[in-house]
Order: sequence, then C-alpha cells, then structure tokens
Amino acid sequence: MPENIAFLAQLVLTGIVLGSVYSLVALGFVLIYKSTSILNFAQGELLMFGAYVCLTFIVGFQVPYIWAFLLTLAFSFILGVMVERVMLRPMIGKPIISIIMLTIALSVVLRSLMQIFWGTETKVFPPTFSDVPIRFLGLFIAEIHLFSLIFAVACVILFVRFFKFSSAGLAMRVTAFDQQIAQTLGINIKRIFALSWAISAIVSSIGGIILGNINGINNSLAAMGLKVFPCIILGGLDSVVGAIVGGFFIGVLENLAGGYLDPVFGGGVKDVAPFVFLVIMLMIKPYGLFGKVHIERL
Amino acid sequence: MALILSVNNIQVVYKDVILVLKGMSLDVEEGKIITILGNNGAGKTTTLKAISGILKSEDGEVTDGSIEFCGERIDKKYSEEIVRMGIFQVMEGRRVVEDMTVHENLLAGAHTQRDRKKREEDLEKVYDYFPRLVERRKVMAGYISGGEQQMLVLGRALMSRPKLLLLDEPSMGLSPLMVAEIFRIIQRINSEHGVSILLVEQNARLALSVAFHGYVMENGRIVLDDTVEKLMQNKDVKEFYLGLSEVGKAKSYRDVKHYKRRKRWLT
Repeated sequence: MPENIAFLAQLVLTGIVLGSVYSLVALGFVLIYKSTSILNFAQGELLMFGAYVCLTFIVGFQVPYIWAFLLTLAFSFILGVMVERVMLRPMIGKPIISIIMLTIALSVVLRSLMQIFWGTETKVFPPTFSDVPIRFLGLFIAEIHLFSLIFAVACVILFVRFFKFSSAGLAMRVTAFDQQIAQTLGINIKRIFALSWAISAIVSSIGGIILGNINGINNSLAAMGLKVFPCIILGGLDSVVGAIVGGFFIGVLENLAGGYLDPVFGGGVKDVAPFVFLVIMLMIKPYGLFGKVHIERL
Repeated sequence: MALILSVNNIQVVYKDVILVLKGMSLDVEEGKIITILGNNGAGKTTTLKAISGILKSEDGEVTDGSIEFCGERIDKKYSEEIVRMGIFQVMEGRRVVEDMTVHENLLAGAHTQRDRKKREEDLEKVYDYFPRLVERRKVMAGYISGGEQQMLVLGRALMSRPKLLLLDEPSMGLSPLMVAEIFRIIQRINSEHGVSILLVEQNARLALSVAFHGYVMENGRIVLDDTVEKLMQNKDVKEFYLGLSEVGKAKSYRDVKHYKRRKRWLT
C-alpha cells in the first residue's frame, strides 16, 4: 500500500475507534434529551465520574477488572437516579431552560467534587490490554481500540432495539414527546426520568472507562462532554441513530483534521475542527441528518 | 345500581389561588354513559383531570371533598396509579404521539398491561374495532387524518383495559360523518365491553343522544342533573344548550334580559 493511502486509512481507522466512544457518549446525551427535553451539560462529568470510580476500584481496592467495571456501572446507575431525585424532581413543571441551567451547575459541582477526591494530576489505568497492536489489512489497531469499537457497536444495537420494542423504551419516547400524554397512559414519568439519567450515566461511564484506558484520566476528560455537541447536532438532537452516525463521523473528521491540517497550521486544528463543523452544520441543516422535523399536518 | 365513580363536593384550586371547581359532585353508574354539559370555562375538563390525577402536574389540587372509584379514595393518588386502577382519560385535541407509528402508539397505550398475551389480544381487538388503523399501522401518527387520530386515541385507551373512560370532546374538529362514526364506536365500547364512560361534549344534542344521565355544569359546580329524557324536556337546557326556543319568534330586548336573568339564576 502506498504510504499516503496507508496514512489516510490509519487515520480513518483510529477515527472510527475514537468515534465509537463519541457515539456512546452522544447516545447517553440523546437519551436524556429524548425523554426529558433537557440538554445535559454535565455529560462529560458523568463520563469522568465513571472513569474515576472504575480506576479507584481497580487501583485502590484491587478489584478484578470485570468486577470493577460492573461495580462502576452500578455506581453510575445510582448517580443517575440520585441526580434525578435531588435535582430534577423538584423542577418538574418548571421551564426547561431553568433545568438546563441546573445541569451546568451540576457539571461544576461534580467536577469540583471529583477534584477534591481524586486531585488534578493525570492518573492511568494499570495496563490490561496488550500493547502489541493487531495487524489488520496492513493497518495497526491497538487491542483496546478494537475492544472499544466492538463494545460501542454492541451497545448501540442494544439501544436501538430498546427504543423500538421494549415497553420502557416506548414509554420513554412518549414521555419525550408529551409528558401529559405519558401521564394519561399510566406512565410514571418520574421513573422514566430517573431511568433515562441512570442509563445515560451508565453509557457515559463506559465511554469514560474506555477513554481512561486509552489516555489516562484527568480533569480535561470532562471536555469530552462538549465534543458530544457536534456529534448530536450532526445527527439531529433527538435521534439515536443520528447520535451514533454523528459520533463516528466526528471521530473520523477530527482525526483527519489532526493528520492533515495540524502540520499546516501548527497544531490545534484537531480540537477545533468538530466545532467549526458544528457551526457549518447548524447553518445548512439545523435539524441534523436524522433529527425530528416537527410534523405539520395541513 | 352500583356506582363505579363518585365525586363528592370537590373543590379544585389551581396555583394555590384560582378556584375552579366549587363543590362539584357527580356519580357514574357502572356500565353507563354519563355526560357533562357546560359552557367554556365551566370546569368540565378540570373535573376530568381531577379524576384522572393529571391535575397534579398542572399545579392544581383537590383541596376539599373526595373522589371515590370502586369504593376507594383516589383524589390523593397519582395518575399512574389511577390508570392502573382502571380509569383512562382521553384528552381533548387528539393527543397522539406524532413521531411514533400508529402501531407503536397502540403499544404505548398498553404500558400498564404487563401480560404479553393479553396485550396481543387487545391489539387484535382494537384493530378489529378500527379497521382503518390496520392499513395505517406503519405510518407516523402525525400524518394520519383527524378522524383516524381520534380512532387511534380511543384504541390506545382500550389497550389499557379501562373500567371507566373519561372522554373529553371526542367530536372536536371532526366532520359530521366522522363524528357519527366515532360516537357509534363509543357506544359500542360501552355496550360490548361494559366500559363506563364519562363524556364531556360541547355538542349537547349528540352527547344527550348517547348518554343515560346528564349533568349540567356552570361556573365550577353542577346546576342541574337528571336522566337524559328529562333533561331534553327541560326548558333551560333546551334554550341554553340545544338552541331551541319558541321557533320563529322575533327576539325582543326583554327576551335578552330574561336570558341574562335566567343565567344568573342558574349560577
């Protein structure tokens, strides 16, 4: 394979891996938005929380990896439910913008609490995956990358099915469309809110654990929460499929920008590219690729 | 006759200050269609919401009196418990979930039905009731016609196997032909499944034609109640709700004044 094509293919491949993590976090974000119409600005903190908790179990308590992972999911579930109980339940019936402001407050509080508990320096997971990359069609892929890709795709399939076929998934969609309709159907909307926050926290923490394993954990991990915005705007705010496609797309875009434009501009383009793209996207297609365009029947 | 629902002298207050229902009472007998007539703002919808528990999320509260369903007090219960007990409110304005398909809408109606087999049975039954929904099952509910949407919300209500249906203005915005069809179905639901129905309608003639007992509501309370036959003969009901007066007679100013006086008397 000629060198420049191999370079491109390698960038795309790592982009897809990165994108799979974005997809996961975007999925969590869309979940909350779909069922509660809340833009959750604390998504990055949920992710960081998952990473730190998992790390604490593994390093601090010497829990085996798989158990640490499951315990983290349980913790994230509790965190999600607690956020709903303490912060959102009193806000039912209040303007949505107030609740969105609350999530910003939540992100500040969570981030500060995590700084108090875990400090600010970068911590790394003990190496669990082998360092030797797997050769794949002349390209290299790290074991952790392959794992995260498979995992993300599995989660995604699970969620699409969940929304289409399960009773709880349908109830979430009804609640997202109109809370009053949901109430007349006998749906306990508080439980739906709690459930969507819990699932969102779980999905984000999976993303956090994966990223932590790749890059280590520090405070900047929370910035991932912002990276999610380009993904979901591209996909359409309320589309599960959109979040997934958007995640992969932004992952690849970011990597390509890093590979080709960073040398030209002297660095930094990699982090800015998704947001430049976000602005363009909002101008030409504000509903995103798969977003719900409000149905107007004439 | 066994009472399935009895509302005793309830008072409803919105946002702690706005008094909407001032001592409202009504009874629904099991297996019967009962109707509430009344002007805009009389408090008909609020009554339904008080019964179904939706009121709570609108910052409204039953501050006095009691609501009993099958002998159990429900005025402090939440809507999800009330639906589980068998009361299902069909709100006015054909509230379908527009971005879900017809089929998914129906499935969502069975939220309180955990039994998979019963759910399948009910689906079949609903599609049998509304053959038009069968062809539309894969279409987004936002795109089907108004009449079909009304059928869909009725079908969705049936999916929860209700004992008491609260119907709010099922005829609103539909063509006369469609209204006739919807009301035929409402009667069928009542007679075939023994579902008691509390019907709120602006179209008084229509409502009285299907109901067994009628209540007339004004300004947050019941001012008149009787069997439908007697109501139809009542002079005030005839004049205010059925639009009948001594035919062909020119209205004099005295009549208008008379009308006002009568209204005052009624409230």
